[in-house]
Amino acid sequence: MSSLPAEVQSWIGPKRYEAEGEFDVERGYIFTTCSSVENGNPLFWDEKTANEITDGFIAPPSMISVWFRPHHWAPNRTEGALPLQVHFDLKEALGLPEAVMSDNTVTFGEPVRPGDRLKTWQVLRSVSEPKTTKLGTGRFWVIEVVYENQDGEWVGTESYTGFGYKRDK
Amino acid sequence: MMSEIKTVTANRLKAGDALPELSVDVSATTVVLGALASRDWRPMHHDYKFATERNGVQDIFVNTPNLAAWFERYITDWTGPYGRLGRIQFRMKDSVFPEDTMVFQGEVKGVDTDDVGCSWVQLELSLTVDGKTVNDCSARVAIPGNEGDNPWKRKGDQWKPQA
Repeated sequence: MSSLPAEVQSWIGPKRYEAEGEFDVERGYIFTTCSSVENGNPLFWDEKTANEITDGFIAPPSMISVWFRPHHWAPNRTEGALPLQVHFDLKEALGLPEAVMSDNTVTFGEPVRPGDRLKTWQVLRSVSEPKTTKLGTGRFWVIEVVYENQDGEWVGTESYTGFGYKRDK
Repeated sequence: MMSEIKTVTANRLKAGDALPELSVDVSATTVVLGALASRDWRPMHHDYKFATERNGVQDIFVNTPNLAAWFERYITDWTGPYGRLGRIQFRMKDSVFPEDTMVFQGEVKGVDTDDVGCSWVQLELSLTVDGKTVNDCSARVAIPGNEGDNPWKRKGDQWKPQA
């Protein structure tokens, strides 16, 4: 596991997995998310306040990745689609069956609004040398996920640090 | 209208100001609801056997996107709806499991105004369980400089969350 496979090396830098969300941003998931964390911010619940402050309803900024997680099942899909596909590609290519996320930075641009159809792509920024932690032995990697709305406006960028590993015997 | 809505303004803040603590008891429902709300179907967030036998952890655990939603709620409970997240960074040191009590705490580290006149507050936040830090978080949040200001009206080059 000491040297990085050439295929993985080639993934560092280029845009990968450019995609459009499978559905429009919608208020049902906004309510479910707010409910899950008991978020009573009136921007998501009160039309008058939303109109005054944000020119209409918006989605909680922290939901930005929600709009791209694929359905668990969909008709005519021949392969299971996975969110943050680069992360899973790395696990497979490097033979690391387990993984956790250790660090997450999100920068927010234009607000996301109900009815938006977002676009995204992923960029692998780095893969570390092998490391051993209390979980096991593996590698850290950094993946950026960039989001735009249907008008080409930047709405956010997520940066994830993942650790793929094998549990030590 | 602004007087009817809770609003934190930059001219009333200083470094060292503390955010009110938030305490949340976590159940399996908290974990599963958060995972499904964020469309995260991975089994370690709903399947005890998978979490314990495959991942080697004690139970199912709260997923990262839902922790982000918890931090957002904690921040905007304090700022009110005029608070606009610019950037949030958090480092997971451990996981949050059912039966844990999450305690969110935060402090103002600084207040500044950028070169396009937007006021920002820099926050250092923590999530602890039984006194142990499981997540550190830094957030850069745009807030009104004074009553009448609204960071949400900023677009394009008038919005600089990266700084």
